[in-house]
Amino acid sequence: MTELKPHSKITIANVSRRGLLKGVAATGSLVLAAQLPGAKGAFAAYPTGAQSMPNGVVTNPKVFVSIGGDGIVSIVAARAEMGTGAARTALPMIVAEELDADWARVRVVQSPGDEKTYGNQDTDGSRSVRHFIQPMRQCGAAARKMLEQAAAKKWGVPEGEVEAQLHEVVHKPTGRKLGYGELAADAAALPVPADDQIKLKDASAFRYIGKGTVRITDIVDITIGKATYGQDVVLPGMKFAVIARPPVVGGKVASLDATAAMKVPGVEKIVRLEPKPAPAKFAPLGGVAVIAKNTWAALKGREALKITWDDGPNKVYDSKAYKAELEASIRKPGKVERNEGDVDQALAAAAKVITAEYYAPHIAHATMEPPAATARMQGGKWEVWAPVQSPGGARDDVAAAVGVKPEELTLHTTLLGGGFGRKSKCDFAIEAALLSKEMGGAPVKVVWTREDDIQHGFYHTVTAERFEAGLDAANKVIAWRHRSAAPSFMANFVPDPKHPGDIELGMGWVDSPFNVPNIRMESGEAQSHVRVGWFRSVNNVAHAWSIQSFIAELAAQLGRDPKDFLLEMIGPPRIIDVAKSVTTPWWDYGEPAQTFPVDTGRLRRVAELAAEKAEWGKQLPKGQGLGIAAHRSFVSYIATVVHVEVSDKGAISIPRVDTAIDCGFCVHPERVRSQLEGAAVMGLTLAKYGEISFKNGAVEQSNFNDYQLVRIDEAPKETRVYIVDNGIEVPASGVGEPGVPPFAPALCNAIFAATGKRIRRLPIGDQLA
Amino acid sequence: MANLQVNGQARAYDGDPSMPLLWYLRDELAMTGTKFGCGVGLCGVCTVHLNGEAVRSCQVQMSEAAGKSVTTIEGLHPKHEHPVQVAWRDIGVPQCGYCQTGQIMNAAALLAKKPAPTDAEITAAMAGNLCRCGCYPRIHAAIRAAAKGA
Repeated sequence: MTELKPHSKITIANVSRRGLLKGVAATGSLVLAAQLPGAKGAFAAYPTGAQSMPNGVVTNPKVFVSIGGDGIVSIVAARAEMGTGAARTALPMIVAEELDADWARVRVVQSPGDEKTYGNQDTDGSRSVRHFIQPMRQCGAAARKMLEQAAAKKWGVPEGEVEAQLHEVVHKPTGRKLGYGELAADAAALPVPADDQIKLKDASAFRYIGKGTVRITDIVDITIGKATYGQDVVLPGMKFAVIARPPVVGGKVASLDATAAMKVPGVEKIVRLEPKPAPAKFAPLGGVAVIAKNTWAALKGREALKITWDDGPNKVYDSKAYKAELEASIRKPGKVERNEGDVDQALAAAAKVITAEYYAPHIAHATMEPPAATARMQGGKWEVWAPVQSPGGARDDVAAAVGVKPEELTLHTTLLGGGFGRKSKCDFAIEAALLSKEMGGAPVKVVWTREDDIQHGFYHTVTAERFEAGLDAANKVIAWRHRSAAPSFMANFVPDPKHPGDIELGMGWVDSPFNVPNIRMESGEAQSHVRVGWFRSVNNVAHAWSIQSFIAELAAQLGRDPKDFLLEMIGPPRIIDVAKSVTTPWWDYGEPAQTFPVDTGRLRRVAELAAEKAEWGKQLPKGQGLGIAAHRSFVSYIATVVHVEVSDKGAISIPRVDTAIDCGFCVHPERVRSQLEGAAVMGLTLAKYGEISFKNGAVEQSNFNDYQLVRIDEAPKETRVYIVDNGIEVPASGVGEPGVPPFAPALCNAIFAATGKRIRRLPIGDQLA
Repeated sequence: MANLQVNGQARAYDGDPSMPLLWYLRDELAMTGTKFGCGVGLCGVCTVHLNGEAVRSCQVQMSEAAGKSVTTIEGLHPKHEHPVQVAWRDIGVPQCGYCQTGQIMNAAALLAKKPAPTDAEITAAMAGNLCRCGCYPRIHAAIRAAAKGA
């Protein structure tokens, strides 16, 4: 038995990230553009938030591209692949496009976590394509230029006479050709060309970008069982560990009897892990680890542990009581987050005030791959294999936990069997390293079971929302007060933040685009008793659901068509100046608002497109209905129409979903479609089933029996996706997350159309029975 | 001692007879194409064929696998070109991919029994396999395509 204390020093990288991002928002995009060094700016047709992320952007082709004598082009994927296809398909494809490489002769090589070398790797916020389309084009174009220079030199001809064409360089006057493999060594010896020598392809010459014909890089490995996820890492002599974690966050072991556990054949060691006091960032929860010769022995050993827990102060957390706390919080004035006009006066003067409240619970990510990581130390050098969304950040955190410099630790990024924000937090990788350290550096794999995943996660926040809309005598909405209370994920980084941070405020709330003269958003106080994390599309989930539901409620009360009323609320095409009326600098997804403003014209267009394609207004049989919702998130615009059928017994089926997205220039339309098909399923799961609840501080659910996911037999029968066709001059925006938020409100609005029943509490559960 | 066949190869196992086949495949044989998802037979990511039947390997104890023939994703097709695998690639089914080997094994077992399943039969047969990314429309379409090619 050993006591093991995680390293005491944690860095709060995410807080400083937020500080940086705030700076961008506050100083404005023109300043940002001026700050761009020439090297980054030459081909940046528009500024993005990429350079403001920690360690920014690297475009050097010598970092990302290598070419073998056999002509095989290796392109580095530096970000994490969790299923969107951005990291290991779209970004390498962009490099290959500008390099004019033959995709069949491209290999994708996963980098380790190392932001100094590769630039920012934090795969989160639907940023990969948005931030890297320009840098990766530049990188590929520079590599192409080097090949052309090498060929010209070899032939002794002017550079203007040679041109790269699909994996070979051609001397145009003579038709002579040299393959990329033949030029590789010479090209690699050349300096990277200056920006003014590099020429990007004209979009009309694209072979891959915008076509959607390139299959995902790992498609074969995935279908034959060779794709390696964090759970799949195998090392010689590896031990397997599972951990009994405290049921309540902050809980500690009060007493432990490991006698029976040590008698389980195959169990080799029991290790106590101490929790860290809040705010603990991504530190493990502590508990008791069982290390064994295989997972099964470790699981049996864990079952045999006799532990009593000292639950600590979070034992009070009870979801029923907390719901009442949040509701009390939104029924009184809160901290003003955005203010325009005079809401109090307008509500007092209104001919009619309509009020509604909504509640959305915690949810768990439930990635199909539960968290897992493997670590070992040999000769003072650490290696960790982990399915982490932020490989560079995880490397820093794990190194700190075992007390070494980041340079002494290699973080190998495996494939992620789903991420959705859960694997932004590297607690499981820290656990593996701490346990390997305990075993003298022997390789240890920490396996999380499904129960561990459901009960010890970083949960999507729980939210209460309250709306008051004031109508004038002509039934125009003249006042809009929206209060929201939800524990902030900033509690991982700072003590008791009480109110949302800029990121949370910016997630589809203070940036609401409505054409109402008197607007106020107020946040209520909320204290966090659990590890709140970010879940795909984050606060947008509850904000979009409640806002878009409330707009449909207003439409119903006024006897208006919900789509027409939604468009009226959005108002005429215009740019919303969010920054002028917010009290915390507007975050705008870390982007310069000049590049990515709130454009109501684009929001209207997707709403109109989805409605038209769904044949909005068509007659439907009794028990069926259409619902619509439109929402901007991750600087993309999405509208969804759900067609629902509700049986006499309240069972929901969904014959069809129509979703329209404007994500700026679309790099890989086929993967965008797959993201939105999937978002409809995830949206349905969270609407229908998604709830993590707490009693006595502990999670009440445990596995897929009581934390259900939508299955194929209840999924939408058909999801049709329409992508607004934008040229490359329209900045590419987010795709991974924005499909989720409009689904639940479109569904609930469809349910209202079908049944007259308004859902104000998620999940829907048995409310229709 | 349990003797069994895994992808046509004879194997002998003399450990805990209550160990699920899943952990034998993953931890003892390092055959990680069979995934771990829930451990209680609710998600289907660990699906293998036991004497040709699709089973959840987390629910099959080694004592029950004795004398039987196990096929995993690694052994589904000698060239990894089972019609289901080919259809999965053509239709671009996976997102993260983690559940897909279980989906493929389940679909292959379905088509072995019912070469031309109806839509309802596909849906019913695949309802035990979860996909958090939500690839269901493509899973359905790929099984349709594989059935046509079969």
